[in-house]
Amino acid sequence: MDLNYTDEELTFRDEVRSFLDSELPASLSNKVKAGKRLTKEDMENWHAILNRRGWLAESWPVEYGGTGWNAVERQIFEDESCAAGAPRTVPFGLKMLAPVLMKYGSEEQKNHYLPRILDGTDWWCQGYSEPGAGSDLASLKMRAVRDGDHYVVNGQKTWTTLGQHANMIFCLVRTSTDGKPQEGISFILVDMDTPGVTVRPIILLEGTHEVNEVFFDDVRVPVTNLVGEENKGWTYAKYLLTHERTNIANVGANKVSLDHLKYIGRTQKKRGRPLIEDPLFAARLAQIEMELDAMATTNLRLLSSPDSVANAGPMSSMLKIKGTEIRQALNDLTRRALGPYAMPFVSEALDAGFNEEPIGPDYAAPVSQEYFNNRKITIYGGSNEIQRGIITKMMMGL
Amino acid sequence: MDFNHTEDRAMLKDMVARFIADNYALEARNETVKSADGFSREIWARFAELGLIGALFSEDDGGFGGTGFDISVLFEELGKGLVVEPFLASAVLSGSVLAQLGSAEQKALIGEIIAGSKLLALAHGEPDSHYDLAHVGTSAVRDGDGWSINGSKAVVFNGDSADYLIVTARTSGDTWDEDGISAFLLPADTEGVAIRGYPTMDGLHASEIALDTVQVPDSALLGEAGQAYPAIEMAAARANVALASEAVGLMEVCRDMTLDYLRTRKQFGVPIGKFQALQHRMATVLTEIEQARSAAINAAGRLDQPRAQREMAISSAKALSGRIGRLVAEEAIQMHGGIAMTWEYGLGHFAKRLIMIDHQLGDVDYHTARFAEFSRQAA
Repeated sequence: MDLNYTDEELTFRDEVRSFLDSELPASLSNKVKAGKRLTKEDMENWHAILNRRGWLAESWPVEYGGTGWNAVERQIFEDESCAAGAPRTVPFGLKMLAPVLMKYGSEEQKNHYLPRILDGTDWWCQGYSEPGAGSDLASLKMRAVRDGDHYVVNGQKTWTTLGQHANMIFCLVRTSTDGKPQEGISFILVDMDTPGVTVRPIILLEGTHEVNEVFFDDVRVPVTNLVGEENKGWTYAKYLLTHERTNIANVGANKVSLDHLKYIGRTQKKRGRPLIEDPLFAARLAQIEMELDAMATTNLRLLSSPDSVANAGPMSSMLKIKGTEIRQALNDLTRRALGPYAMPFVSEALDAGFNEEPIGPDYAAPVSQEYFNNRKITIYGGSNEIQRGIITKMMMGL
Repeated sequence: MDFNHTEDRAMLKDMVARFIADNYALEARNETVKSADGFSREIWARFAELGLIGALFSEDDGGFGGTGFDISVLFEELGKGLVVEPFLASAVLSGSVLAQLGSAEQKALIGEIIAGSKLLALAHGEPDSHYDLAHVGTSAVRDGDGWSINGSKAVVFNGDSADYLIVTARTSGDTWDEDGISAFLLPADTEGVAIRGYPTMDGLHASEIALDTVQVPDSALLGEAGQAYPAIEMAAARANVALASEAVGLMEVCRDMTLDYLRTRKQFGVPIGKFQALQHRMATVLTEIEQARSAAINAAGRLDQPRAQREMAISSAKALSGRIGRLVAEEAIQMHGGIAMTWEYGLGHFAKRLIMIDHQLGDVDYHTARFAEFSRQAA
């Protein structure tokens, strides 16, 4: 065992730093650091910059235009990107659909769609959850009925993140009602410009438009848009859910949030002394920092392990739980560090170009919104309760 | 970065695991615990023959290891076996202080520690120190060519079977100063040393030591007068790597016993592991054990880093092992139900050690506060 970076890893880190230094626009990193909302153009812009360097698909193999980086390199890239204030890449095409296409897609699908993810032609969104199928995803009802060379799709998807920006959606649909619910699900790709597709915003409790409902009314989808085999979609869906493990614990973003919280703790005052000197606050902060430091190592252990595929199920579920718990603990303590200034909420202050005087400290505006927004993270991607069920069942072999 | 053990350490791990599986049944261990020393000198000699004590010392000091990962690999396996022999007291704590401060002549004793022929104990903690490493109220004053030591030492591990004691005493400064602490090496039967040995809740042996005008020659002083603190802190750091790793081993045993029980114990006609209430609790236990393991790895790997990084990793590992050790011990007992409350079933012995480890060299609160202090200074 060796926790130190090798010379090669240090050289790579310098390379990443100098790239971020020269290519990440300050206009973008300033927004990220200030917790401002990012526009579609901001995200597309960053994708294009990464793609020009060949670093957009950091988790893809080289043959498909990825970086071929190993686990440590990917972690270095993530840490440095987060520290520099780079936006997160949009995961739906890059990290969710792409691995499924690489493993189960036809040659035509791979050749057509993968380059379009890289060059930004397609913006994908995910059609998994339905109003009646949340944690029990396999109970999904959206029907796809074969009609010649097409499927006719009817039903509804929900919680479709950034669906308002997307032109393509990958969907789990019901193609059979025989046998167990898992056995009648197929994985199809739908062009959102097809007649019959309607996107409606869902406004979240803190006021943001992040997710959507997507309605399908007699939408005709070519059968060539079926991925893999009909009625085998559940296998692909599970592969998608467990495959992408690089970012599940969000180590880099958590480190940045911790540093920001420490900065707030040094700035906020209690009886004339920095809040960070208050023993109770200091202890709460220390608990989070210690947990995060351990999780960073758990994350690297999983990613570097030669038998990581065998461990993927329970370990990636553990990291999802721990990563989201730490994130929520950070959001919670940051909110509390602000005292009464956690309360003012001027939504426009989170848009770029807001030039009024901030209310309270300049870092206060996004804090409570982020706290409320991140209540989602223990719910999405398989709620933490679903993850707990997965962990124990796999470890017990039941 | 590399998260695999070297071949040598993988072999060490296998060897210890095999020896313990073949020679260290829980029933026999629990009999040994009742003996006067609280451990088996015969087993200790065999551990020495296998080179396991030497694995805790560097080659310069006559061993063949001594790094953080040597300590962690060995102690994780010792934890799984619930081993009671004095690795921590004699080799890690006393051995570290001796290796750091001893003159060539004094360090000759390390060979005997490694051979298992001499036992040492570190008499440092005091009745009022509450884990604070700098708290030394025991005094040593100049007395002719030597020193005269007065004071009391608390919960000294294996002090009742030691041939030699390393006694810390204040030669200058105030009770809580890091500066002014000196370390003395003396035979345990030196006049004025009164040792009251006793068993501990988890099957180890410790002692209260009264030092009443204990006269030692100048040659008993280890290193410079008043300058022992850094060596004490480093010895405690190494011991905390050992304890955090031992805790991981203990957690693994509790985990495996509980998983097995969830699979096989039936109530309401099904294995109790089918119940979601238990599945979720078990998942939390499993997740947290991986955190404790990672923290122990971080501590082992950062033992040679500058002080702040080293001590943060140490406090982090010990705080997490304390918090998670309690979780694992309590949840394992609860999920087993009544059977875990019996002496015979075995789980309880692992749970007792896991809880008591938090009381050695700093508990969750102590190390959380200590981590916070270092973290704030680093910022």
